[in-house]
Amino acid sequence: MQESAFLLGQVFNGVSVASLFVLAALGLALSFGLMRVINMAHGEMLMLGGYLAYMTLSVVPGPLGILVALPVAFLGAALLGAVLEFAVIHRLSARPLDTLLATWGVSLVLQQAARNLFGAIGVQVIAPTWLNHTVTLHSGPFSGLDLPFTRLFILLVAAIVLGAIALLLNKTRLGLYVRAVNQDRPVAAAMGVNARLVDLLVFSLGTGVAGLAGVILALLGPVTPTVGQSYIVPAFLVVILGGLGSLVGTTIASLIIGLFTALIEIFVDVSVAQVLLLVFVIVFIQFRPQGVITVRSRALEG
Amino acid sequence: MKLSAKHYVGAAVLLFGAFAPLIINPYELSLLGRFLALSILAMGIMLIWGEGGILSLGQGVFFGLGGYALALHLKLEGLDIANGDMPDFMTWSGVSALPYFWYPFANPWFSLACVVLIPGAVAAAFSWLVFRRRIGGVYFALITQALALAFSTLLISQQAYTGGFNGLTDYSTFDGFDITSTGAAQVIYWITFAFVVAAYFTLRWLLSTRWGIMLRATRDGENRVRFLGHNPLPYKVGAFTIAGILAGIGGALFTLHAGVVSPALVGVVPSIEMVVWVALGGRNVLWGAIAGTLLVNFAKDQISSALPSLWLYGLGALFIFAVSFLPAGIAGLFKPGSPEERVYRRILNRRKLETAE
Repeated sequence: MQESAFLLGQVFNGVSVASLFVLAALGLALSFGLMRVINMAHGEMLMLGGYLAYMTLSVVPGPLGILVALPVAFLGAALLGAVLEFAVIHRLSARPLDTLLATWGVSLVLQQAARNLFGAIGVQVIAPTWLNHTVTLHSGPFSGLDLPFTRLFILLVAAIVLGAIALLLNKTRLGLYVRAVNQDRPVAAAMGVNARLVDLLVFSLGTGVAGLAGVILALLGPVTPTVGQSYIVPAFLVVILGGLGSLVGTTIASLIIGLFTALIEIFVDVSVAQVLLLVFVIVFIQFRPQGVITVRSRALEG
Repeated sequence: MKLSAKHYVGAAVLLFGAFAPLIINPYELSLLGRFLALSILAMGIMLIWGEGGILSLGQGVFFGLGGYALALHLKLEGLDIANGDMPDFMTWSGVSALPYFWYPFANPWFSLACVVLIPGAVAAAFSWLVFRRRIGGVYFALITQALALAFSTLLISQQAYTGGFNGLTDYSTFDGFDITSTGAAQVIYWITFAFVVAAYFTLRWLLSTRWGIMLRATRDGENRVRFLGHNPLPYKVGAFTIAGILAGIGGALFTLHAGVVSPALVGVVPSIEMVVWVALGGRNVLWGAIAGTLLVNFAKDQISSALPSLWLYGLGALFIFAVSFLPAGIAGLFKPGSPEERVYRRILNRRKLETAE
């Protein structure tokens, strides 16, 4: 009984880590599907979200400060994302590998700026008291299972964001444009879709979601200048496993990576888990090189 | 063959390189030696990235494999391992017996062979596994970055076997020869210089062969290469393996110069820094890779000791600047017909006009 509860606790941890990965990777995957570029400064959007949460909470203290911090972080990161897209990524998008390097440069500058502004040690965001509870199941097959409110809150935010983006992509005109550009950019542009604007909007939407993830990271630990770096490499792996710009694929891939990490850490320490995760990804792409969800298209070169 | 200005400049650089130990002071020589060791790795990046179109953000892994393969031996040098002697850090970490994989490294020749074989084998296996499923471009770059992260975290966490965060340091002899004296530093410099020259001319020759043409063809149109009936896999895996071996040799030579190999030299950030050396110097020109490595590293040495935070801003700006405005690097300025060369020539001409007036 105790063992099954422990295992289930680990699964729950995996799912909550996965929901962080999905928030971090969503923007990467959507812009990658549209423009075939990866923004290496995406991790710094998480960092920015964390610092914005810290600043918001010092202005708006009290139990509901965190709910104010979420939209602030979203807007701040989305704005920075829009500037980044306009100033750097759009200019280089014909050369995806160079975009990778240029955005890495941006990430170094942002990290150093954070270090100069807030110090290298990082700042602590104190989670509001209403998040400091833990539900413990006492009966039923899962008795002994602890469910911390913070982790449940992460799940809730991730579910709301995923739902909102699914609605946006599938039910609105903008979503229609996004899907059209995703499938065939020249034809969509010929039909009058402003592909340039779609790129910009989707990119800043993605960085905004990363900003939300940053607020959540701030609840889990201190916000440091390099906080984004520790989540960004798994997020890249999610993009690789997820397939091109697919919402469902990204979600499934996040779950796979989150659960794999959480379950493997029962047996080995964190660093070995990282190596095994990489091995797992390399083995996985032997079978499904195009990711979990394959978008069928006639294009030879994706 | 008619000798041009290019040949005279080349000969002058070679002469300076060969006689540098007699010209510059020991501190500068040690820096130059280290950076030349790094430039061997940079030529490998030029091969895969400039000529093969493969961006690797994990060359630090192969650099580290080469460096550690040699350092493992250097740590065992002078120890009586048959009687249970162990490197100092193992004793501190409370390891009871030398780990089995350390034993063969007691033999210097085994260790030297591993400097080449381990990075080569890992690079070949890794790139074959990824490229055979036709995964390339951005995906490959991201996977190599994950590789660099996994490798450096593993090195740090396995403190008792790898020396952890501090790495392997504090060695004095190789096969009985003292490697810390000034004379030894000169010999190590000459060995490094010989490797740089050898790598330069070997790669130059390799890129002029049919194999080099096929590699460039794969870069420019992998599917066209397939339609013409060729398999691009051997060219890509071959180039990546050669780059891995060059990185390993560079890592071993760097370890000799610096007297240390540590995870700080092999992780995600140093690996991507290696790419910017080549981006700045010129990804399609071999001497550009060497020049970029020397330039960025000497600049880093000057700036980062005085103003560390300025260095990181500068490095970030360098990344953005080099790829946005100088895609062919500094070497592109001298390449006839390149867009950079036209800008360069316009500036030169303007200066001429000003002086004429």
